[in-house]
Amino acid sequence: MVGSKNRKLTRFFLIAGVLLFFYAPIASLMVFSFNDSRSLTSWAGFSTQWYTALFANREMMSAIYVTLLVALLSTFISTVVGTLTAIGISKSRKIIRELIINVNNFPILNPEIVTAIGLMLLFSSLSIEKGLITMLVAHIIFSTPYVILTVLPKLRGLDPDIAEAAMDLGATPAQALWKVIIPLIMPGVISGALLAFTMSFDDFVISYFVSGNGVKNISILVYTMSKRINPTINALSTILVVIITFVLLIVNLLPFLKKKELRGAE
Amino acid sequence: MRQLIEFKNVVKEFNGVLVLKGINLVIHENEFVTLLGPSGCGKTTLLRILGGFISQSEGEVFFDGIEISNVPPYKREINTVFQRYALFPHMNVYDNIAFGLNIKKQDKNTIKQKVTRMLKLVGLEGYENRPVTLMSGGQQQRVAIARALVNEPMVLLLDEPLGALDLKLRKEMQHELKKIQQEVGITFIYVTHDQEEALTMSDTIVVMNNGEVQQIGTPTDIYNEPENRFVADFIGESNIMEGVMVDDYRVRFDETDFECIDSGYTEMTPVDIVLRPEDIDIVPVEMGKIKGIVQSSLFKGVHFEIVVESPYREYIIHTTDNAAIGQEVGLHFFPEDIHIMYKMGY
Ligand SMILES: Nc1ncnc2c1ncn2[C@@H]1O[C@H](COP(=O)(O)OP(=O)(O)O)[C@@H](O)[C@H]1O
Ligand SMILES: [Mg+2]
Repeated sequence: MVGSKNRKLTRFFLIAGVLLFFYAPIASLMVFSFNDSRSLTSWAGFSTQWYTALFANREMMSAIYVTLLVALLSTFISTVVGTLTAIGISKSRKIIRELIINVNNFPILNPEIVTAIGLMLLFSSLSIEKGLITMLVAHIIFSTPYVILTVLPKLRGLDPDIAEAAMDLGATPAQALWKVIIPLIMPGVISGALLAFTMSFDDFVISYFVSGNGVKNISILVYTMSKRINPTINALSTILVVIITFVLLIVNLLPFLKKKELRGAE
Repeated sequence: MRQLIEFKNVVKEFNGVLVLKGINLVIHENEFVTLLGPSGCGKTTLLRILGGFISQSEGEVFFDGIEISNVPPYKREINTVFQRYALFPHMNVYDNIAFGLNIKKQDKNTIKQKVTRMLKLVGLEGYENRPVTLMSGGQQQRVAIARALVNEPMVLLLDEPLGALDLKLRKEMQHELKKIQQEVGITFIYVTHDQEEALTMSDTIVVMNNGEVQQIGTPTDIYNEPENRFVADFIGESNIMEGVMVDDYRVRFDETDFECIDSGYTEMTPVDIVLRPEDIDIVPVEMGKIKGIVQSSLFKGVHFEIVVESPYREYIIHTTDNAAIGQEVGLHFFPEDIHIMYKMGY
């Protein structure tokens, strides 16, 4: 009895310790973004001055704009390309399928820095001017494999005859895709899109190497600013954390909402 | 009956392997045709060629007099009930059945009428809003049939549609399918590897093996007059012997001549001989055409299955009278019970 109680306590403290270790820095950052002084250690009262400063700072606003634009566009494009590729892969012969899946896994397993330098060299050797376009292309390139990887299992779970069944009932191949295949793999497509969005949104390494001409996303800006302490970074980071948390919440809650909807329909 | 479908010398090759070796087959309007054969003999492949999902390597397929090899599946007046149903899991029963009509953009009222009629035909009234994922195998089967039939095809293809159901439900569905076919009055092409299913449901049975048609005929033809050893063996438990035709109306096997009713073979033609278990009677030794010792006896519900060993082989006999194990008995049969077949490969 005593032993089990002890074990429960130990477990509680362990979990609490780990959570504290993970979240204390983030929590302190969020709290001090509302501090009324420059200090990052002593509390001088509540204020939103850093948020005001953030929204007044043109450089920061432009970074937010670049980040969102690149994230939204690259998410859209990599989701469409990745989904169609996954469908193509699932319909291919076994040898081709395994080959493409392995090729697809390569950039995922590859260290990010290698991809970053590779892309930088590619853009330089093709003498493409670095900026928004190169950043967008790079983000599409590193997101697409993740979309493919999230959509493939959904396709594998489909009845192999399902597309034929649709065509048997008079659907053209395009109609079969839109009315049957896409709706059935939609959960996978949405997870893939959210994954692509978060990856693009907080990417630093690759963006840093392929950007140029003063085009900065939030990560690059925070990195260049972090040498001189400035609490607007806290404000910006707080907004980042809130957005990412929100996206993750959607990803995790989606299956539950879906289930409820089904039960409601009954 | 009018001829509806014709396969002319259809050959199919997968990666250099011949899966269909020149199929010739004519199917008529309003006919219940069964493709019967062991797993892997090419039944599904033939059906998929007719459905338009794959194309043949050689040969022609005619539908209503027109060669259809270049017609895509969505333009063929053929619908399919898939082996694992292939229902659309994101739709309820109504939307599954209405799928084909929605694609053809028929108006809402017509669709509702037709779907309601189909639900009645397959006995699923009141299930319109049920998600198909929550239905039993038998119910999903009915939805699959309704979803295909609502399009009023000229031909319905069914690929082992009852394979996933338990025995009792399978028997029920056999009768129901036959009833539905008579009610809608269209051609059914039914694939199965179950000979009993084929014999009970079909107008015509096409026995296939190894990508070749072995025999085409009515269930009674196929059962009573198998054309070769494979058909005889596949269609039911049988005693199959090798022998020769000694003369018209005389066949020799196991070093004995027997009277039979077949003629027209050249002398000493090697043949296969079938004796159906239910055609053999157990009689006292001195009255038998063949003598043997009873090896085993199993009660099968209606009859006994008795194995009698002669000096040459074991005979399976189905009879309503039991016999004691170890007893010496005679086996009796009539000349017309002996079925003579050309040997395969001659
Ligand atoms: N897409 C395919 N690629 C390669 N071989 C195939 C393909 N489809 C079927 N086969 C082969 O063709 C043969 C016949 O298959 P099938 O028509 O499905 O037989 P059945 O339906 O009579 O069981 C089998 O040996 C099978 O392995
Ligand atoms: Mg098959």
